[in-house]
Amino acid sequence: MNTALTAPVQRAFTPGSALANTSTITARNLRRLTRVPTLMALATIQPILLVTLFAYAIGGAVHVPGTMHYIDYLLPGVLVLAIGFGASQTGVAVADDLASGMIDRFRSLPIAGASVLAGRVAADAVRNMFVVGLMLTVGSAIGFRFHAGPAAALGVVGLAVAAGIAFSWLNLLLGIVVRDAETAGLAGLFPVIILTFTSSALVPVATMPGWLQAFAKTNPITVITGALRALSLGGPTARPAAEALAWIGGLLLVTVPAAISRYRRAASA
Amino acid sequence: MGDQPAIAAEGLSKRFGQVRALDRIDIEQPAGTVLGVLGPNGAGKTTMIRILATLLAPDGGRAWVAGLDVVERAADVRRLIGLSGQYAAVDPYLTGRENLTMIGRLYGLGRRAAGRRADELLEWFDLAEAAGRQARTYSGGMRRRLDVAASLVAQPPVLFLDEPTTGLDPHGRIALWQLLGELTDQGTSLLLTTQYLDEAERLADSIVVIDHGRVIAGGTPGELKTQVGGDRLEVQAAPGTDPRPLATALAGLGTGRPVVDIRAGRVVLPVADGPGVLAELARRLAASGLRVADLALRRPSLEDVFLVLTGEPDIGTAHASPRGGDPDAGAVSPEAAALGRTR
Repeated sequence: MNTALTAPVQRAFTPGSALANTSTITARNLRRLTRVPTLMALATIQPILLVTLFAYAIGGAVHVPGTMHYIDYLLPGVLVLAIGFGASQTGVAVADDLASGMIDRFRSLPIAGASVLAGRVAADAVRNMFVVGLMLTVGSAIGFRFHAGPAAALGVVGLAVAAGIAFSWLNLLLGIVVRDAETAGLAGLFPVIILTFTSSALVPVATMPGWLQAFAKTNPITVITGALRALSLGGPTARPAAEALAWIGGLLLVTVPAAISRYRRAASA
Repeated sequence: MGDQPAIAAEGLSKRFGQVRALDRIDIEQPAGTVLGVLGPNGAGKTTMIRILATLLAPDGGRAWVAGLDVVERAADVRRLIGLSGQYAAVDPYLTGRENLTMIGRLYGLGRRAAGRRADELLEWFDLAEAAGRQARTYSGGMRRRLDVAASLVAQPPVLFLDEPTTGLDPHGRIALWQLLGELTDQGTSLLLTTQYLDEAERLADSIVVIDHGRVIAGGTPGELKTQVGGDRLEVQAAPGTDPRPLATALAGLGTGRPVVDIRAGRVVLPVADGPGVLAELARRLAASGLRVADLALRRPSLEDVFLVLTGEPDIGTAHASPRGGDPDAGAVSPEAAALGRTR
């Protein structure tokens, strides 16, 4: 009889182990992404639809001063929209994991809670790289061009993915707080829809009534879209990029610690 | 650490709003033994496991796993425990093998070691053939076995299982009991909650019965059964006839008073010497001219335990007894029978 109460697996928390755990969780979430049909559709069909629908259905009606093609104006906006829509699935997934007991299992393991959340965000970032690449490809096929060179083009991808990381943390927090998959999905979508249509993502702010313009100009989606546009169309980029990074950084500063602390206390009934 | 109890609790308490989920629980489980925590739904079993497994902080009292305080040394406790909660927590979109490998990796096993451990467990839990299939294609029993296997990946010396056989068919229950038996033979300390007395009896070295967050009884299965008073004689009245005269005819035959279940048309009587009373029963039935549809001698169920320990036949929403017949019928004592008439 071996009744000694010692664990055969002993390992201290180290940065290396936290990284290994994060990558294990990332791999799990990426596997799910390829196996759940809804998630696959949201990462493939939806981004393509967003580009083509807005370009063809609205493109004829919108005249953007100083821009030759609407697709050049539109694409940075729908990138943010697609990433925002995708991020709502993060809240759904974490609420699902809470309800199914998966989070209980993870919390009973000797791993840092932040690894479980970071693994989710990292998987989202991989998905977003794919989504951004797909949308740029589809956009190019219907006339989108980068006008500021390859470095700025990489900046577009980097900034879009960084915005996605902030959105993912926000939705993680929402999912942990509301704990219900359907509610989390809606709670994640509503702000994106409202903020997108009151931003410069799809139409120039100048076409909006005065009272809305004030809001639209400071709206984070306007700010992030503005920075993406500056990077892809050319022109001064330092200020818009700094404003966008300030929004992303501010969002992370609030949501990351809140999500981690709520996760630690999360107790499924 | 070898001399420490596997699990101990002193005055463990937890409230959810107005509800006292746990009310000053004291337990002590020696290392290498199996403790069965028996109680109906809502008794506090899951809350207790969640506190011991570091998922929930108590708001009163203390608890230790292998001598380590579950609040202050939570991270260390997590290295010593395996947990399988009430709902099989496996990822339905991962294969059985991927689920176990993922847990192994999270415990810090290398890729190859995690794979080897997964294969070992899949073999042991009779899931080797389904190892490459996504868990969502598994039956309830397979999913539960995979879940228990996941809690064993790191060979934890202390294992918590929350109602491991709930929702399993009889075949699945027996298969899991066998596996758990092998496990505890190897020295694993196991705490399991159950609504089934026979399950606790089959697996546990000692049992605590909890209800409304309190320990209402404890001891070895034998001691508990002595308290409950032996076997149960169940007499089913002929269809359409009143079972109450049967209760009168059976009075004094057993070790306690007969309990009448009007809706089920049944009388249940605790008896010390089951087979011995059958002759006397037959004589009394013949003398009274009462007709019966069925006679059965059975082991006491959780309902019987609660009836004796709390005096309340109603054990909450628990549909507990695997052999108890219609769980909604609810046993009624002769005193309560008058009420039963008005239903």
